[in-house]
Amino acid sequence: MQTTDKWPIVSIRKVSKFFGDFQALKDVSLDVKLGERIVVCGPSGSGKSTLIRCINRLEKHEAGSILVDNVELNESRKGIDSIRTNIGMVFQQFHLFPHLTVLENLMLGPIRGRKMSKKDAKDIATRYLERVHIPEQANKFPRHLSGGQQQRVAIARALCMEPRIMLFDEPTSALDPEMINEVLDVMVELVNTGMTMICVTHEMGFARKVADKMVFMDHGEIVEMCEPEKFFTDPESNRCKNFLNKILHH
Amino acid sequence: MKNLLAIVAAAILLSGCSANWGWYVVNPAIPKGMSNLEFLVSGLGYTVLLSVTAISISVVVGLLIALPGLAANRYLRGFNRVYVEGMRAIPILVLILWVYYGLPQVAGFTLTAFWAGVIALAVSDSAFEAEIFRAGIQSIDKGQFEAAHSISLSYTDTMRFVILPQAIRRILPALGNQLVYMLKMSSLVSIIGMQELTRKANELVVTEYRPLEIYTVLLLEYLVLILIVSAGVRWLERRMQADVRN
Repeated sequence: MQTTDKWPIVSIRKVSKFFGDFQALKDVSLDVKLGERIVVCGPSGSGKSTLIRCINRLEKHEAGSILVDNVELNESRKGIDSIRTNIGMVFQQFHLFPHLTVLENLMLGPIRGRKMSKKDAKDIATRYLERVHIPEQANKFPRHLSGGQQQRVAIARALCMEPRIMLFDEPTSALDPEMINEVLDVMVELVNTGMTMICVTHEMGFARKVADKMVFMDHGEIVEMCEPEKFFTDPESNRCKNFLNKILHH
Repeated sequence: MKNLLAIVAAAILLSGCSANWGWYVVNPAIPKGMSNLEFLVSGLGYTVLLSVTAISISVVVGLLIALPGLAANRYLRGFNRVYVEGMRAIPILVLILWVYYGLPQVAGFTLTAFWAGVIALAVSDSAFEAEIFRAGIQSIDKGQFEAAHSISLSYTDTMRFVILPQAIRRILPALGNQLVYMLKMSSLVSIIGMQELTRKANELVVTEYRPLEIYTVLLLEYLVLILIVSAGVRWLERRMQADVRN
């Protein structure tokens, strides 16, 4: 299972996805190398969330192929195991487990998913809780935390699985404005550790700071894919220009 | 609630002034009445044991029936529908008679009245439990399943550690309802000779010819039993809420 530079850690080839008659993804292809940071943006309904949900197999693609660590994702056991050991995910709405304390939220994956001992799981949970700067909240229930703190717990929960890729699905969209930065700061720190990430976000300041590659999607297609500098100063398509005008000008 | 009970008690006592009542049969102040009362209450153990055994089984079976009802596979869902619709359509009394008198003919073994009663009550109730569980699980946000998936939990672990603990908190009032219902329906098992509360009352009526007083005591026995159960369920609800509120 050694990943070399020869193949990308995530390889998406001509993937299509339908919801009934609606085609959410049209022949999407994207490669992600280890250590690469990709920011995906685009208008709502453009398929960006669907794309990263397909990588985690929360949605099943109907055509094309997705390889994670060179293992194809399909119904096979192997594909599912590959997701388990490789991918962490952070959701827009946090989706913490409300009946468990913060620490229990973090320990559940290591204990049940990674078959670790309770003690090791607690160590790892404590470590990542410190990493997101809220070790003092360990024994509280999620509902007693602010939105920003909850999202940081969710990031720590994903990190406790020690994934090689992190997927972020609009991690700051459900937050009050004053809490966005504390979450973005944690994500920047994560980037600095060399974590591979695919992030759907409209935080363009963040994108500019961390992204190696910008992806712009519209109507289920990747319309533009380039370096951030070019993306923000000189995008090629009109659709992308329009979109940037709308979200950057206030 | 207290006022209501006072009114009911007053009505019973006042009507006792007419010549139609003969409270002596259950008057604890006289030896005969006391032994009659003891006889009536002696069915309590079986009523409780029967109901609790039956509901324990029906909760487990109900959950096992509910899960295929939530599956993506249409045959599994079909199985759930057939079971629920089928079992829900059988009157409990008919099922008790069928299990006790009918089933041994094909099964090749006989069942005691207790186990026949337990099976009939449990099977009948499991259809309702299945619907309660299905509704409870469906009420949990889809994101909880996705989050569990994202931290590599298996289906069983997802249910056990993430979904059911939340679902059960929500369906607790409905489960409490079923327990109350079960306590009442256990009276039907008297028909096959189970020595529970109703059967005891029936037997006493045959020897004492005082149905009015004896069945009134029987009513009160069920009332007290069920009020205790209701209080217990409410206590449990509060405790589980407190868990979350911390």
